[in-house]
Amino acid sequence: MSAPALQVNDLRKTYGNGVEALKGISLTVQPGDFFALLGPNGAGKSTLIGILSSLVNATGGEAEIFGVSVHRNRSAAMQLIGLVPQELNFNQFEKPIDICVNQAGFYGIGRKTATERAEKYLKELRLWDKAHMQARTLSGGMKRRLMIARAMMNEPRLLILDEPTAGVDIEIRRSMWQFVSAINAAGTTVILTTHYLEEAEQLCRNIAIIDHGKIVENTSMKNLLSKLDVESFVLDVASMPAELPTIEGVTLRRVDDHTLEAEMARSHDLNSLFGVLTQRGVVVTSMRNKTNRLEELFVRLVEHGREVAA
Amino acid sequence: MSASINMVALGTIVRREVSRITRIWTQTLIPPAITMTLYFVIFGKLVGSRIGTMHGFTYMQYIVPGLVMMSIITNSYGNISSSFFGAKFQRFVEEMLVSPMPNWVMLSGYVIGAVVRGVVVGALVLVIALFFTDLHITHWAITFFSVLLGATVFSLAGFVNAMFAKKFDDIALVPTFVLTPLTYLGGVFYSIDLLGEPWHTMSQVNPILYMVNAFRYGVLGVSDVDVVTAFAVMLAFVVGLTVIALVLLRRGAGLRS
Ligand SMILES: Nc1ncnc2c1ncn2[C@@H]1O[C@H](COP(=O)(O)OP(=O)(O)O)[C@@H](O)[C@H]1O
Ligand SMILES: [Mg+2]
Repeated sequence: MSAPALQVNDLRKTYGNGVEALKGISLTVQPGDFFALLGPNGAGKSTLIGILSSLVNATGGEAEIFGVSVHRNRSAAMQLIGLVPQELNFNQFEKPIDICVNQAGFYGIGRKTATERAEKYLKELRLWDKAHMQARTLSGGMKRRLMIARAMMNEPRLLILDEPTAGVDIEIRRSMWQFVSAINAAGTTVILTTHYLEEAEQLCRNIAIIDHGKIVENTSMKNLLSKLDVESFVLDVASMPAELPTIEGVTLRRVDDHTLEAEMARSHDLNSLFGVLTQRGVVVTSMRNKTNRLEELFVRLVEHGREVAA
Repeated sequence: MSASINMVALGTIVRREVSRITRIWTQTLIPPAITMTLYFVIFGKLVGSRIGTMHGFTYMQYIVPGLVMMSIITNSYGNISSSFFGAKFQRFVEEMLVSPMPNWVMLSGYVIGAVVRGVVVGALVLVIALFFTDLHITHWAITFFSVLLGATVFSLAGFVNAMFAKKFDDIALVPTFVLTPLTYLGGVFYSIDLLGEPWHTMSQVNPILYMVNAFRYGVLGVSDVDVVTAFAVMLAFVVGLTVIALVLLRRGAGLRS
């Protein structure tokens, strides 16, 4: 059996100021996976990624990249990783082309190959026309894409992205995901953290949810979503009935004169809801899911975790 | 990591450092040239004409090696401390920290870059000096190695300074309060033979004295200190500071949390 892309065992980190950022985390990510790491701010995601990329020294536990220990064999492990960090960390006065070529140089890749790769990835991330301008002149979204291009220079087997789409507008976000999906389809294992849960739902096959330095859930996306037993719908109605009807298994709530909210078990059919509404002469003009399902689940898991912890 | 991979990484840092020096040449090359020209005019020409000879040389000739060494020291130190601290400050030092590159490669790359800056500025100052006076290099090998070692010592010291620094003030502190006084008291402008006790003995704990005099011996053939001792002192500093820098890097001091 081939080694997992990532194997983390009882990983712990207490910072110098006493903050216990990771309280014993264990995780496995299989080669080829597209893995989401979710969690609220301060949960410990960046700390975990910092340990994997050797920027943070673990206080305890083990991390292996494709079977290579980050702690005992740092150089070999780093050869396998590409990192897109949460904060911008390139020289603002350098040009994207130089930033990429130099990054390849740090991995021991010769200038000829490095220059070819820089052109390839800057083009794929639609930055080629900016390749020879100072990096500080790039827009926010471009800077984020530059960090993705830079992370690709050593053609890593494991690409780790720490909130790469934070503050990036939707269109650029989509093009970034297209790129990362293609990289993943070509065989690169991808781990990402994001605040856009919808993206995690669309992109990722497996997921871990981390809160207060602990894993509160670690499963397949499909499995996780099937756990969600309650759904909420928002109904736009042409007119509001004077009194809300009672429907068994459905909780109806009036939001405003033209909006109703219906909450029900996932197994519950919608026919009875529409039947009753039709009877009362309520015309439903449109309907949608209230929130992203994952988001709801996420909030529940995190809250549940807190109760247990308390 | 194989040797060739390390060489590519080393070459990458050196190239980046050298291109930084040439990109901001108005900050890296011009100010020392102007400062040293002023020293030559004021101390060498105006004041020096009244001082007379020192160890058989005109005062101008006597201070040229000292001022060249002073330029090499301050520029090597200034180059590495501001460049490496800048990399920490803008966080792009992380580009190197997440790469497979071993610590000694990163250290060597920055030191070579800083030595280049010191040597280029030193050569520039020497050329300017030739407009004011005649100079013949007496011992080429001693001149060469004293420049190399002197620049290396202060590159390493500047690197250690940058590792500890948390703000820009922290890298300005050492040059102002340590480097400049030690240089002025290190026999740049006078022979310590002119000093009475205890100043003569106290001067001998100043490492810069040995660098200035080793270099002056290379150029003029005269020195206040034994040249072998001078080289031993410089080598000891290179070894000591290299060990300190590597230990700090291994711990990740100021770099890895
Ligand atoms: N360098 C640091 N020094 C001290 N505490 C830190 C440091 N980095 C992060 N922390 C703390 O560790 C916890 C986890 O932070 P982080 O890993 O950045 O979380 P996330 O990326 O999930 O938002 C937070 O409480 C944060 O304040
Ligand atoms: Mg984070």
